[in-house]
Amino acid sequence: MSFLELAWNILPKLLAGAVVTIELTIIAITIGIVLGIPVAMARVYGNKLLYTISTFFVEIIRGTPLLTQLFILYFGLPSVGIMLSPFVAAIIGMGINSAAYQAEYFRGAIQSIKKEQLIAAYSLGMKKVQAIRHIVLPQMFRLVIPSWSNELIYLLKYSSMAYMIQAPEIMSQARLIASRNFRTFEVFIVVALIYLVLVLVLSKILDSVERRYRIPGL
Amino acid sequence: MPHVILKVENLYKSYGKLAVLKGISFQVNQGETKVIIGPSGTGKSTLLNCINQLTPPDKGRIWLEEIEVTNPATDLNLIRSSIGMVFQHFNLFTHLTVLDNVRLGLVVVKKIPKDKATEISLEKLNQVGLADKINAYPAELSGGQQQRVSIARALAMNPKLILFDEPTSALDPELIGEVLNVMIKLAERGMTMVVVSHEMGFARAVANEIIFMENGVIVEEGKPDIMFHHAQNPRTREFLHKITELYGGKAE
Ligand SMILES: Nc1ncnc2c1ncn2[C@@H]1O[C@H](COP(=O)(O)OP(=O)(O)OP(=O)(O)O)[C@@H](O)[C@H]1O
Ligand SMILES: [Mg+2]
Repeated sequence: MSFLELAWNILPKLLAGAVVTIELTIIAITIGIVLGIPVAMARVYGNKLLYTISTFFVEIIRGTPLLTQLFILYFGLPSVGIMLSPFVAAIIGMGINSAAYQAEYFRGAIQSIKKEQLIAAYSLGMKKVQAIRHIVLPQMFRLVIPSWSNELIYLLKYSSMAYMIQAPEIMSQARLIASRNFRTFEVFIVVALIYLVLVLVLSKILDSVERRYRIPGL
Repeated sequence: MPHVILKVENLYKSYGKLAVLKGISFQVNQGETKVIIGPSGTGKSTLLNCINQLTPPDKGRIWLEEIEVTNPATDLNLIRSSIGMVFQHFNLFTHLTVLDNVRLGLVVVKKIPKDKATEISLEKLNQVGLADKINAYPAELSGGQQQRVSIARALAMNPKLILFDEPTSALDPELIGEVLNVMIKLAERGMTMVVVSHEMGFARAVANEIIFMENGVIVEEGKPDIMFHHAQNPRTREFLHKITELYGGKAE
């Protein structure tokens, strides 16, 4: 069987795995945004307690490997009676991991916003929450797009680690196929190509998002 | 009886050991323009920031008309919304167009419906000569244009008083005139203004009074003519001499 024939035959199974990979990535990035913004807020605007908690969170997550975190969730938690399916463990682990990184991107974006603009907002009579809502957040979202694009591409690739806890993503599918046909080399070449296409398409989309929301001077 | 818009009484402010304001008192009547001059580090910006409490003073009292700003029970956001502020570096909102920069305070602070707020904003932008720039972003404008937007932003709130902190000192010389012209027109229309500026041509044209501040106190204040020709304090004479040499404005 030629490489092309082989690729064609295994493509449906691999694409099914790729769909799971994409699902993992999208859900994880979403969890990451939803958790990451309040963590960033707590680090910039929070009182001592909120600052300490959020800093701990960020440091612990960023200071340990994603794979270790996934193992704790999937293999560790059952010993305290919490059983998660591989998919659920993967999205929780990746989501929390991404939240810590995204919190840092959001924090960096917030801190790069010039303080003078807030003073101007207060001088108009805005309350702090109004200034955050109308000045800080909109600028934060635009400023964060480049680092956030990188994060999305990282996540897409690092979702391959979910294979280690048997989530049915593309790497698991590939392992399964290779263990039956013994064409390991070709199978993983096809997998690499699929990743490559996904990353390229994603980069294109993110580029146009960035251009679409570009603001002169920001 | 003149109607008093702003009254500042015995204001003190220190940063740690550094005493910046040491007992400042003055008042501004409706329609008056007061120009504050003084060496760098004298506390001119601190004084302006104390007036709308962006920097809370340590001691002393401030009234905006009959409301005591320094009373802890006063709604500071309401006070700030009726005191305009124009900054040296414009402080425009980078992510918003010119129109949105001017409109934001009306919509968010004053809760004015959007179409009414747009109407007011367009009127003020027209007044500062920027009707054709409403969709530009601040970064696409010259410094002079940005400063005029920030004046329109202050005007839109319909303030009782506008504070200007060196509004032209960050501008290239050829752009200063367009901003000063807008300010002169405002003064002529009866806006009440406190202006920190060393543009003595402007001061001569519209200031009711020049206040000379040094080391946290008001050394002398008086009508421009008197300050220029018959200042009592030698420090005042020396300083005025120095800035007219630097900035011009004496000859007219
Ligand atoms: N937030 C602050 N913390 C500590 N010191 C400050 C602060 N703001 C101002 N100062 C100090 O207070 C003094 C007065 O500053 P201020 O900015 O009011 O002077 P200024 O008269 O406006 O000077 P300039 O002409 O340079 O603008 C300066 O010595 C300055 O370093
Ligand atoms: Mg100053």
